[in-house]
Amino acid sequence: MGAMTEPAGPGRVVLITGGSRGIGLACAEMFLSRGDRVAITYKAKPPEAEGLLCLPCDVTDAEQVDEAFTEIEARLGPVEVLVANAGITRDRLTLRMSEADWGAVLDTNLSGAWRVTRRATAGMVRAHRGRIVFVSSVSATSGAPGQANYSAAKAGLIGLARSLARELASRQITVNVVAPGLVATDMLAAMSPARLSAMTGMVPLGRVADPAEVAAAVGFLSSPEAGYVTGAVLAVDGGLGMGM
Amino acid sequence: MDETAAFEKFKECAVEVLQVRPDQVTREARFAEDLDADSLDLVELVMALEESFDVTVDETELEGVETIEQAFNLISAKL
Repeated sequence: MGAMTEPAGPGRVVLITGGSRGIGLACAEMFLSRGDRVAITYKAKPPEAEGLLCLPCDVTDAEQVDEAFTEIEARLGPVEVLVANAGITRDRLTLRMSEADWGAVLDTNLSGAWRVTRRATAGMVRAHRGRIVFVSSVSATSGAPGQANYSAAKAGLIGLARSLARELASRQITVNVVAPGLVATDMLAAMSPARLSAMTGMVPLGRVADPAEVAAAVGFLSSPEAGYVTGAVLAVDGGLGMGM
Repeated sequence: MDETAAFEKFKECAVEVLQVRPDQVTREARFAEDLDADSLDLVELVMALEESFDVTVDETELEGVETIEQAFNLISAKL
């Protein structure tokens, strides 16, 4: 127990889902810079980054999730740090949102996180250590027009994380959530300039975040030093969600 | 595999997963009261037994399993 069961320092096996760009890729680069052994999953195309084990994986498919983990276990070892980041958007006002738009976002952003976590926890429970971080969003608690599906999924991650935090606490495995606000990613680039300007105006810090700033929070929550932090939601939103 | 050999193998799994002494793993031993095993310990034990004995245990079969004997009977019925 205690320090013995904490994840070792550098050289841990880390998996980030949706790690080919944006926040996921920034996390991968952060872990690499700390000397960890890093695997990422991607759906469309792998990143052009050195030193990453890149595996194609659709997190809506439990078989593909299992195959990715099996590959990582064979090549790097059991996953000690999991960052469930894979996410998509299908933004539409609810009146125009199809069942498919709703289902696809929930299946990737919420159920996908559950699938990878379920696969990862067997090894963590056995090892009596592990770190799990879910990438949620400020919209989980504040809501956002056109994002009923996305916000619901991102809010779901908080309940999922807190249940898991309780289930796994006896093994010193921590489960936490990072809730980014506006981050300079492809997802944000899809926003209209007028809306982006209006949104940025609501951010007390007055700017969007660099993905590396979100990765830094993920880095803390997955560090050995964060061993007493579990079930927490860490906002990285420039103050946008204060009070939510 | 005869019953004695199967129980010895079962006992090895229990000792390793539950971190108890071999002499504590008697047929009458109750998981919670005698072996201090919580629900996650039991899940872990079942996973180890599935792997070790190459069997599959459905969640519903675990309802009401409270002693080593009950768990062993569940596994040995599948061998």
